[in-house]
Amino acid sequence: MVKVEFLGPISNEALNIDINNLSQLGEILQKIENVSSWLETCAVAVNDTMVSSKDHVLKDGDRISLLPPVCGG
Amino acid sequence: MEDDFKVNISNALQLIDGDLPVQDITNAWYEEFRNSNYGAIITFVGIVRDENDIEGLSFDIYEPILISWFNTWQEKAKKQNALVLMAHAKGDVANHRSSYIAAVCSPKRRVALELIDQFVEDFKKSAPIWKYDLIEGKRVYAKERSTQIQGAGILN
Repeated sequence: MVKVEFLGPISNEALNIDINNLSQLGEILQKIENVSSWLETCAVAVNDTMVSSKDHVLKDGDRISLLPPVCGG
Repeated sequence: MEDDFKVNISNALQLIDGDLPVQDITNAWYEEFRNSNYGAIITFVGIVRDENDIEGLSFDIYEPILISWFNTWQEKAKKQNALVLMAHAKGDVANHRSSYIAAVCSPKRRVALELIDQFVEDFKKSAPIWKYDLIEGKRVYAKERSTQIQGAGILN
């Protein structure tokens, strides 16, 4: 089981789901209306470290964060 | 010489509810670092502009990744015997108040000038902070002014 959190302006409650990699996560999130339109522009972190590949393997207890486009300052 | 660069950097990154007390923060940095033999301290103060009928701006910060991003910059600065400092507002900031301060302390002028440029530009592109316009008391995500973090889109 992994936890998925949506940061900043994405209005969706955190999810707990049973998946092994980020490709599977992409497929699941495509089906969620509040989330699907964000996928194209979101960066992804696993346990607070940025991840650059969809092949990233997930393990039980991992925490995944979706980071939409940023604008500090 | 090494001892000259041993400084207390406990106040190097400050995340504060509401607008930033600019004088307090910048004066404290000056007092803390003026005796550390840095030849230059460059401070960049960001102020919310009154434009597009907004009442102010509002910010969400994801602190764990912001802290690691900041620590990476601190390491980079350290290699040049410099130091980076930053303060950012959380929540609402009214027009004409400050939401962001970045600073660089360095023994060398060129290092300080170049580092403040790189540090502020990378902040805009990479720091996990989300901006909202405050319009009639509501938060409206500043989508058009936001930038995708490098590597975005892998779930698409």
